[in-house]
Amino acid sequence: MSRNDVFVIAETDRSGKLYNVGIELMGPGREIAEKQHGRLCAVTVGYQLDEAVRTLSGYGADVVYRIEGQEYQNYMTELYTDAIHQLIVHEQPETVLIGATVNGRDLAPRLAKRLNTGLTADCTQISYDDASGNVLWTRPAFGGNLMAEILCAEARPQIGTVRPGVFPKPEKTGENAEVITFPVTPETSGLQKEIIEIAESILDTNEDISEAEILVSGGRGIGGPEGFALLKELADQIGGVVSASRAAVDAGWISRAKQVGQSGKTVSPKLYIACGISGSVQHYVGMKNAGTVIAVNTDPEADIFRYADYGIVGDYKSVIPAIIAALKNRKDEEA
Amino acid sequence: MNILVCVKQVPDTAEIKIDPVKNTLIRDGVQSIVNPFDMYAVEAALRIKDGSADSQVTVITMGPPQAKSALTECMALGCDHAYLISDSAFGGADTLATSYTLSKVIEKLAGENGAFDMVFCGKQAIDGDTAQVGPEIAEQLGLPQVTGAVSLSLENDAADVKRETERGYEVLRCTLPLLVTFTKSEFDIRIPSLRDKLAAKRKQINVLTAADIELDRGCVGLTGSPTRVKRSYTAGAGVKEGCVPVPDSETAAEAAAEWIVRAINL
Repeated sequence: MSRNDVFVIAETDRSGKLYNVGIELMGPGREIAEKQHGRLCAVTVGYQLDEAVRTLSGYGADVVYRIEGQEYQNYMTELYTDAIHQLIVHEQPETVLIGATVNGRDLAPRLAKRLNTGLTADCTQISYDDASGNVLWTRPAFGGNLMAEILCAEARPQIGTVRPGVFPKPEKTGENAEVITFPVTPETSGLQKEIIEIAESILDTNEDISEAEILVSGGRGIGGPEGFALLKELADQIGGVVSASRAAVDAGWISRAKQVGQSGKTVSPKLYIACGISGSVQHYVGMKNAGTVIAVNTDPEADIFRYADYGIVGDYKSVIPAIIAALKNRKDEEA
Repeated sequence: MNILVCVKQVPDTAEIKIDPVKNTLIRDGVQSIVNPFDMYAVEAALRIKDGSADSQVTVITMGPPQAKSALTECMALGCDHAYLISDSAFGGADTLATSYTLSKVIEKLAGENGAFDMVFCGKQAIDGDTAQVGPEIAEQLGLPQVTGAVSLSLENDAADVKRETERGYEVLRCTLPLLVTFTKSEFDIRIPSLRDKLAAKRKQINVLTAADIELDRGCVGLTGSPTRVKRSYTAGAGVKEGCVPVPDSETAAEAAAEWIVRAINL
């Protein structure tokens, strides 16, 4: 029984589909596993997991632990904590990585407390401190104004959560994982919670901003919910997805699932178009991994221009239609 | 209903700037506030109190002496009892040690005044941003948890909690006792009257030191923290140099289109 393994807890949705973050963590997971001279083990809890298991194997897992049952189809703190805790106690990994999805951030601290160990949340960098033999976890604090390097020097396993989009997907490998079905009996009788309603405003998983490659994002400058229709027009034209800053979400113009930022989601699209977004540090933390950033704002001094590759000072209501027209002209010329 | 709310006093991180010369945080003049998410927890508790006779709301915070003002703010909103948990022994605590300390206080208060039906927290503090303390308290106290709640209503002896999910929301019907962490919620936070604020200044804030609480000293403060900060540094603006924005014009739109096409075809 190896004590040097890295566990990546890879979350699936209700249909058994993996969230990208689990795949993304296979990259740093492999690096740390090599440093620790251990195996990279993916762990997936849920229902109808065949495809998820194959995918994790295909991204380099040495072992995939599957904990499966209809009771696990919908995330439930207590059932997931029990199952993963039992596996960890049995297998004694050195390091555990968990995607900082909504459920990941619900699960990780519960697990860490049960194991009486250290947890570092929302890491943006994970490296190995050769001198001490510990993982070095780097994370933002003070709303993104400060970066802190954290060590969990003694308690084990050392656990870290990572936001979606922080790491790129690693290269695919062959499917060579040893797949182990880990037996757990879910204690549903003692459950004090029952899901009585589920609503997904993003019915099409293609609308999930964490996984999007192109984002057209709106902030306070949009002025109201109707303005987002214009952003959607541009997004549709270029194959993108609409997202928003906290200001627009707080104002009730768009759903929270679309929020980019420190208290929203981290995104890493190859293109991020920011309209009417001032560009606070808290917002920047959520989109700093974007490839190309284009910003539109009526304020020439807006912070967003400090992070943008190209910026236009103007009202999005006139700039966006002009961009849509320019794109259409290019397409017509090419035809 | 007997409800306990955990709050934290934090600097208003939206106002924090970085000194460009010294590369440090400028905290002077930055206001101390009750963590915004905790305010939703307080309001949720007070709404339950409004709706049921014989309810009590106790608010606690672990912090330095100045954190008293956070508790006074909560009293002004309508909380009944306030406790400041303050001792140099608690300094340097990470989330595990913090949640341990808070849990021990909750146990102490429950033992003295009766069990709590609900424990409310904010989802995360805007300085630490970990979102760990709430769930760790729940685990320590053996309470079921719901995190990221946007609304809560009591139905007989159960709580219906609406919680944000990755792609929307879900509603969980939970029996009590229960711990809930609140994010920006679907209800507004009440504004205290001047009279309430003045009255609150005269209300008693109880102070608990390490000696007042039954706890294992090895589990609190720096000693009780499995994680340590090795070093911290200010985050730069990132690798981008930024740009000088151009005025709105047809040429600008065409240039933007060029940028877009190039980015997509990468």
